[in-house]
Amino acid sequence: MSDPTTRAPATDAPALGESPPVAPVAPGQLSGALIVARFSLRESLRRRVFVVVGLLTLVFLTLYGLATWQAFKAADDFSGPTEAGVDPDTVVGATLAGLAMFAILFLGTILAVFLTLGAVRGDAERGLLQPLLARPLPRRTLLLGRWLGATAVCAPYVMLIALGAFGLTYVLGGWWPDHVVEPLLALALAVAIIAAMSLAGSIVLAATANGIAVFMLFGAGLTAGLLGQIAEAIGSGSLDDIARVATWALPFEALYQLGLAELTADTVGFTRLAIDLGPFGGAQTGGLGLWLWSLAYLVAVGAAAVAAFGRRDL
Amino acid sequence: MPNALSVTGLRKAYGSVQALRGVDLELPQGELFGLLGPNGAGKSTLVKIACGLVRPSAGAVQICGSPAGSPAAHAQLGYLAELFRFPDWCTADELLGLHQELTGSQGGLAERRELLELVELGHVPERRVGAMSKGMQQRLGLAQALVGAPRLLLLDEPTSALDPAGRHAVRSLLERLRERGVSVLLNSHLLSEVELVCDRVAIINGGEVVAAGAPAQLSRPGGVEVETAAGVRSFAAAKREDAPRIVRELVAAGDDVFAVRVLSSTLEDAYLEAVGRAPGPPPDEPAAVGEAAL
Repeated sequence: MSDPTTRAPATDAPALGESPPVAPVAPGQLSGALIVARFSLRESLRRRVFVVVGLLTLVFLTLYGLATWQAFKAADDFSGPTEAGVDPDTVVGATLAGLAMFAILFLGTILAVFLTLGAVRGDAERGLLQPLLARPLPRRTLLLGRWLGATAVCAPYVMLIALGAFGLTYVLGGWWPDHVVEPLLALALAVAIIAAMSLAGSIVLAATANGIAVFMLFGAGLTAGLLGQIAEAIGSGSLDDIARVATWALPFEALYQLGLAELTADTVGFTRLAIDLGPFGGAQTGGLGLWLWSLAYLVAVGAAAVAAFGRRDL
Repeated sequence: MPNALSVTGLRKAYGSVQALRGVDLELPQGELFGLLGPNGAGKSTLVKIACGLVRPSAGAVQICGSPAGSPAAHAQLGYLAELFRFPDWCTADELLGLHQELTGSQGGLAERRELLELVELGHVPERRVGAMSKGMQQRLGLAQALVGAPRLLLLDEPTSALDPAGRHAVRSLLERLRERGVSVLLNSHLLSEVELVCDRVAIINGGEVVAAGAPAQLSRPGGVEVETAAGVRSFAAAKREDAPRIVRELVAAGDDVFAVRVLSSTLEDAYLEAVGRAPGPPPDEPAAVGEAAL
């Protein structure tokens, strides 16, 4: 090392151990969170997360495009609405768009989980967290920053890919969803909730255990959604109640259902019936209440995470 | 002027394991203070409480008059953990930039360059952490701790990965910091290093301070050895002022005296004595403390 006693300090730098020219002013809650979020985003860029995700997404959209092209080609056997009044293009388009939403939610979940699963305990065990938290960076700010960083990646991702899938459906089959904004926002909020759940889990669970736990919850949500569809098909009120409670307990699933329902919200008649009988039909829409509940759920998960992190020794 | 670090009746329990059992310490501004103790003695726990990373069970810690863990306390300290890592993807310059943002330092590029040069990393500001040796990462850790010109530095084994030249340079750096009025709490196993650089030391064992004072105060007379034609003769109870008399008596008795050595115990002797006589935790407890902290 250089001899510190003979080295001349830089002109505008604070001399070692002396007060800097302008006294340091610790960042506020929001700016601190933005610093952490920006650093997280830079990490995603530098680790080529976006390159890998982009390439795989291209593969997904290519497969989706091929499937869409083939499906509409098959539907062309019908020349317009059938005698029963079912529009095959709408049924095919809505089914494909439903399939796309399911796949995109899954991809968004993978992204959200892998960006957050070791954010607290994992980073603490590796010694990454302590240097940051020794700074004037409150723990809640760190959590907020990590969540913002993950959500800033996942939410635009699912919205863009969903828009891309809808565009492919339109270009290749001429079908466009009745509503687009609500499904996109529902997907975005769903992955934001999953990112928050994963972040909260990372406080108490090791990375692997946390990843498994979040994916099992994701699976439980999907199962609840499936139960709801079965309940709709067999007309079971109790099963429907169970499914509804379960999906609201895991609101990312309820949001996905809402998005599905909005795809064909204005479709009526036998075409509506045909869609409801399909694999992505019979979706429950929660309305404004679901949006409010989801936001409240997000805040509650965040508050629980902050409380748990505050009690944790590092 | 408040003490840089003030620890009062500090206790910490991890479940049934008592990591700290009522520690009191005062570290005035500008003092270099060494913290010694065996593994699991509670040194790192004390430092982590001072950094706000671990919650105390009882007692209080203040940094420059502000409660440990508060934003005001965080703003006054720099910390280098014993087991730390920096993101392997980011460069030295980016890492220091992040810490500048977090501390609100206005030093900018000049401060980053200054600190990197200080730890002999000025030639590799754009090198990724993952491409650095352990020693380079430790030096980067020191630079990181100095971002924002902290008033108190908490260094937990800062030279463990450095070669002798690197350790010497860190000692010089610490002495310069002291001259500037920066207080340093140095947690180290290297007794010779602590003895050379620290104004005062405290020896912790089993979560308690079992000895404290200036290194010279902790040393004790170790007798006088006289090399004669008949061999080395030891006078265990003798002190420095007894040496002339002993030599005179030996010469008067007809012995040839070739050399006289006045012995005193080293800090290591004082350390071993303090650790050996103090009540320590059962052998399996230190590991449990380390694990529980994570």
